[in-house]
Amino acid sequence: MIPLSLILLPFVAGILSFFVKSDNGSKQLALFFSIATLAVMLLGLCVFNQSAYHHFDVSWLVSLGSRFTIGLDGMGKMLCLLTAISFPIIIAATYNNKYKSTNNFYALLLLTQAGLMGVFVAMDGLLFYFFWELALIPVYFLCSQWGGEKRIAVTFKFFIYTFIGSLLMLVGLLFLYYKTPQHSFAIKDLYNLHLAASEQNFAFWLFFIAFAIKMPIFPFHTWQPDAYEQSPTAVTMVLSGIMVKMGIFAVLRWLIPIFPDAAAKYGQLIIILSIIGIVYASLIAIKQDDVKRLIAYSSIAHIGLMCAAIFTMNSIGLKGVMLQMFSHGVNVIGLWIIADAIEQQLGTRKFSELGGLAQKAPTLAILLVVLAFANIALPLTNAFIGEFLMFNGLFQYNVYFAAIAGVGIILAAVYTLNMVQKVLYGNTTTITENAVEISGNVKWMLAIITIMIIVFGVYPQPMIDLTKDTVQALIK
Amino acid sequence: MNAIIFSALLGVVMMFSGILTTNKQAIKNIALVCLTLLLVANLANHYEWYSIKIDTKQMFSFSKYGYFFNTIAITATLLYVFVSGDDIVKVGSYGAEYFALIFFVLCGVTILSGYNNLLMLFLGIEIMTIPLYILTGSDKKNLHSNEAALKYFLMGAFSTGIMLMGIALLYGSSGNFGIETVVNITAGTLMKVPILEVIGLMFIFVSMLFKVSAAPFHFWTPDVYDGAPSVFTSFMATIVKSAGFIALITLFANKSEELGKLWNILLVIVIIATLLVGNITAVFQQSVKRMLAYSSIAQAGFMLFALYSKNDIARDGILLYTSAYSLATIGTFAILIKMDDHSINGYNGLAKSQPLLAATQSIFLFSLAGIPLTAGFFAKYFMLASVIRTGGSAAVYLVIIGVLFAAVSVYYYFKVIQAMYFKEGSAATSKITPNFKFALLVIAFLIILFGVMPDTLLGLFYF
Repeated sequence: MIPLSLILLPFVAGILSFFVKSDNGSKQLALFFSIATLAVMLLGLCVFNQSAYHHFDVSWLVSLGSRFTIGLDGMGKMLCLLTAISFPIIIAATYNNKYKSTNNFYALLLLTQAGLMGVFVAMDGLLFYFFWELALIPVYFLCSQWGGEKRIAVTFKFFIYTFIGSLLMLVGLLFLYYKTPQHSFAIKDLYNLHLAASEQNFAFWLFFIAFAIKMPIFPFHTWQPDAYEQSPTAVTMVLSGIMVKMGIFAVLRWLIPIFPDAAAKYGQLIIILSIIGIVYASLIAIKQDDVKRLIAYSSIAHIGLMCAAIFTMNSIGLKGVMLQMFSHGVNVIGLWIIADAIEQQLGTRKFSELGGLAQKAPTLAILLVVLAFANIALPLTNAFIGEFLMFNGLFQYNVYFAAIAGVGIILAAVYTLNMVQKVLYGNTTTITENAVEISGNVKWMLAIITIMIIVFGVYPQPMIDLTKDTVQALIK
Repeated sequence: MNAIIFSALLGVVMMFSGILTTNKQAIKNIALVCLTLLLVANLANHYEWYSIKIDTKQMFSFSKYGYFFNTIAITATLLYVFVSGDDIVKVGSYGAEYFALIFFVLCGVTILSGYNNLLMLFLGIEIMTIPLYILTGSDKKNLHSNEAALKYFLMGAFSTGIMLMGIALLYGSSGNFGIETVVNITAGTLMKVPILEVIGLMFIFVSMLFKVSAAPFHFWTPDVYDGAPSVFTSFMATIVKSAGFIALITLFANKSEELGKLWNILLVIVIIATLLVGNITAVFQQSVKRMLAYSSIAQAGFMLFALYSKNDIARDGILLYTSAYSLATIGTFAILIKMDDHSINGYNGLAKSQPLLAATQSIFLFSLAGIPLTAGFFAKYFMLASVIRTGGSAAVYLVIIGVLFAAVSVYYYFKVIQAMYFKEGSAATSKITPNFKFALLVIAFLIILFGVMPDTLLGLFYF
């Protein structure tokens, strides 16, 4: 019942929110239901942790061989937890932002949450495809309606890109469906498929392109910086904090186990692409003058590392990916919250117009520095554990790859510290002269994120334990 | 048989109702009642409650499949009159006659869903299209409408001529009009088939492609769809086109095995050309009506997949496809008729002034684009699945080409959504009645229902 409520709670709240007339009412409703979803998730992890509560199955589309099967495994639990934690933080941190037709904004945001939860719990190919698409539609509306100046064209590019990807995935799914002896979309039937090498090699790409666009890895990333920059920041948080994890997650759940041979065959090519992406995105990030674009490129670099680590296919690398999916989600949301706080207050995101904020807003400065350290993956932050494990995995796979990807860490330090320096230190400019401290809700949300960064940086064991079963299944 | 007889009779009833009353509202209501009667008559056949028995000398072969298609066509017409009835009577001063012609078209449609003889195919096509020529030109003071009617008539008559010639050649070769006997004697490859039959079949095929507006026989479509009064374009693009597909599939579905490889190559060329022409041209349209005309060509390309794969899934799928496509298109046209400006910019800001219209229009467009949880998704799904089912890598490549074009179609369908939701403007509409909104909601509800549970629709068939 837990996975079902994780989908239904935000879904119902989203539908309700369309009909709430007052702005404050819809905000409170969204906050309440996102916290309720988090509560359900925590209950599911701590109290109702028997497997009976974590699976749900009803018949649906019988004649097509598809069932409404949802369930939580280790990785699913972790990503649902990430989603459940992120939404209250996002909603609370941007609580004071003003939107036109607030009720629709929050309704679509909650529907996105429902879609994301669905993606992470779906245990049936067709159902997965449904949620994969449905998570996209509300985001399309959110970005197109509330985004920046160029929002319509940019969001459309993003939408078409991902739509092409998912249609190719649909072809792949159908292809697999007719290969299963009993014509079924159930995940275990797909796992039990024994495809010929040529079939694997072919269908692998149908799936992988869809996931590569979503992550995104080089050279499918061109939609991403624009989309992140133009979206309203609350949506950017969802996009980069959670939605890109859909791609990583899908590779782990729907690609590697179904096409193990093809994954091994093309793994090296994909790792090379990912590493190119890491270095390339990091270099571009150094050149950026806009906080949002910098975080966007830095995000491409981080995702590239995760993708490379997946295809090393060793247990240490995969453990790192699991940890890093959660850590990156939390950290990047923290960075966006700061970017949003600065933009809301000062009306600019350009480094060249910022400076000296440390004098005016010391709390913001401290929190930004912690987040920056996490972004560079300094020891004692959560990202360090994940990146260390991933580099370790990459090192075992190929020393040279690890070395080149390692350049990414150095470059990350360059651009992140450069950002910290230009935003926080130096002399105040005409814009930052009258800057004041960040508001209470932002402070508290960033504090929560900081606590998570340090706690999981010192004691990552709970996360490793949570996803142990998935890693073991993948290695086997 | 019930549906054929009743549709013809009720058409006559409609014609006479024009003498008894000139009240437009009353005429529309009579039409609704008659359509309901027709639906009941067809269902009586389907569920074997009552059926009129006439010895047709095997010129017809009625099956549940045909009845089911009739049900879809009649229900779609019912919804169409329900949502656009007021606009039908507004076209000119002959409200009752328009409805009578619609009933005659339905008579042709029901013949096409049950024919077993090439003569009946010919009769069905003629009965279906001749009233359409009139409906196209019904806005008689409008030059565009006149031009469209004349163009449609000339081209249509020409293509029917070609069909007739094909039928004659087949008859000359086999001495028979029955569709089973005509082609089934030709076991083996296309090369072994008598040349008369090959040419005859090709003629019929070309003529049918013309009727369903597949490339390269599509040139009449944009002009006729654009020139005809929008209400009748809606009818032509949905119910009539679907009937064309059913006729095409009845004729060729069992035969393409014997027609061999060459046939498949020919069909693949037609499919790709249709998808290409329809989708790419639709991208550049500024007028929503013309865009819909090209998109109807593109959708025909998808429906042709059923002809390529010709398995059970394709047969079920084409029913789902025609219903999904008809519902969405009827809804879209109903809204288009209410708009003052038919260009895409004319929709700017519709979400502000008419939120319900914009929301339902989005659902219709989602369905046409094939977004999950709408009927259109499963329509496309069945088409793709049926082709992949045939196996072989050629099939998968064909499907990949298909989905890439589906992505192109998202581009032009979503331009309307962008205009409605994200652009500033004051979209002006004529008066919107609560009834109209209700009808739109019903259509949107059906689209979502079939999108969540397509089993329900197909379940009716396997009842």
